Amino acid sequence: MSTLTEAPPPLAPEAPEPKPPKRRGRWTPYWLLLPGILWLLVFFALPMIYQASTSVQTGSLEEGYKVTWHFATYWDALSAYWPQFVRSVLYAGTATILCLLLGYPLAYLIAFRAGRWRNLIMILVIAPFFTSFLIRTLAWKTILADGGPLVGALDTLHVLDVTNWLGWTAGDRVLATPLAVVCGLTYNFLPFMILPLYTSLERIDGRLHEAAGDLYARPWTTFRKVTFPLSMPGVVSGTLLTFIPATGDYVNADLLGSTDTRMVGNVIQTQFLRVLDYPTAAALSFILMAAILLMVTLYIRRSGTEDLV
Amino acid sequence: MPFVNWLKRNLVVIAGLLTLGYLLLPNVIVTVFSFNKPKGRFNYEWQQFSLDAWKDPCGVSDLCGSLSVSLQIAFWATLGATLLGTLIAFALVRYRFRARGAVNSLIFLPMAMPEVVMAASLLTLFLNMGAQLGFWTILIAHIMFCLSFVVTAVKARVMSMDPKLEEAARDLYAGPFQTFVRVTLPIAAPGIAAGALLAFALSFDDFIITNFNAGSTVTFPMFVWGSAQRGTPVQINVIGTTMFVVAVLLVLASMVVGNRRNRHKA
Repeated sequence: MSTLTEAPPPLAPEAPEPKPPKRRGRWTPYWLLLPGILWLLVFFALPMIYQASTSVQTGSLEEGYKVTWHFATYWDALSAYWPQFVRSVLYAGTATILCLLLGYPLAYLIAFRAGRWRNLIMILVIAPFFTSFLIRTLAWKTILADGGPLVGALDTLHVLDVTNWLGWTAGDRVLATPLAVVCGLTYNFLPFMILPLYTSLERIDGRLHEAAGDLYARPWTTFRKVTFPLSMPGVVSGTLLTFIPATGDYVNADLLGSTDTRMVGNVIQTQFLRVLDYPTAAALSFILMAAILLMVTLYIRRSGTEDLV
Repeated sequence: MPFVNWLKRNLVVIAGLLTLGYLLLPNVIVTVFSFNKPKGRFNYEWQQFSLDAWKDPCGVSDLCGSLSVSLQIAFWATLGATLLGTLIAFALVRYRFRARGAVNSLIFLPMAMPEVVMAASLLTLFLNMGAQLGFWTILIAHIMFCLSFVVTAVKARVMSMDPKLEEAARDLYAGPFQTFVRVTLPIAAPGIAAGALLAFALSFDDFIITNFNAGSTVTFPMFVWGSAQRGTPVQINVIGTTMFVVAVLLVLASMVVGNRRNRHKA
């Protein structure tokens, strides 16, 4: 991640001449860091502390809140809203897997097979970003509309029977079901999967594929033993970049789902902006943050990749 | 079976193009429905072709106002985040200092945090300080979450820079300031530009953090969100289509200019 350490300047073994002493003052780095780091401390770190404090307060909107170390809020919030937590992880997890399955072929196509179309396809992957994601999410209401061509086709092909049986859809509707929410999440975070995948695939030396072929590996074996393992950094950062925002998202669940598909983000939003129950909202948000940090740490440990930034 | 063999060889291409179709389908729908003349308040069902919305893009009250608020916030947020982020990136790559690990995590954490958590905690801060929610609180929030992305973009570029170029400039008697302006900055410029572009796109399109900290100020994404409840005017699609087309044209133009410049150099 960082090439410099805090140890005294190490001399590179191949370079015999020492680096020229830097004439800039020793305080320069701190002056460069000061404004940005101060900004992050005041508007990112400090709010976290305020939130932690709010979550253990009791009181009411009229009389004001006081810190009473009322940890029961956490217990109450969890026991009231655990279905939304489970749903968030489930939807976000499914969307992440779908993003990987859908995004990998496209990233592979751009990296190895696109030839002179590479730049154009790259632009087409990024360009949707420039239309507000809310407008694009609303377009899914049209695509998945009741009785629309897509839903009709799925019905005729008996796909809806399968998804109904799995509990992903209900009746002859796709809109306002878990399937619609997962579909929206997958769509919205797909570019965040494709870009890191592409970056790591593009670094792979094409001669490795030839070498594998020369050693009589079939294309699928080449992919399984050479390409995929080498693209692991992209897989790890892609899944993280998809899973983390998808877990906290409430836009897709709100626009494409129903009251039965509410995720934890919906609850936090409602508690904070409509019910104005700040301690419960803060506790929920704190649990979400802790859960995600824990999951991410475990995941990075297991996958053994530290070079994410 | 030549067809089966062809299919086998091109399976990944077909799957990739299908994914591309999935990514672009909503944009096609947005564009097509910008020519719709809906019956009710919602523009989800095709009725008949019409150019009404294109002739009068600001015809819905507050729509263009919210667009201008979003553009202003995106402009200042980009400026602020790019400035602060570039300084941090240079400090991280060029200097040794204490607490490097802490600084790195402080940069990384905002990118690894769900937006709703940052949004909610920032709101508790503003409520506790009694701050008036509006333009300024949105701007503060946007600079905060764009900052890390700028740092990452600029850092990548500065790290790949050859320090010998600056040494050469110094050997040729350029002062520190001259070296920075004439050598360092031009080389770092593409990284800074990429960071700024990313910051602009992130700020302009942000909904979750803005929704928590906006008070009664309405940005363009908030207008769209509200219209999903009240009724979606066709003008939203007109603006969405225009943004898409302008972005693609800008990227294509920059590619053409870049190609031409490279050809001149060669």
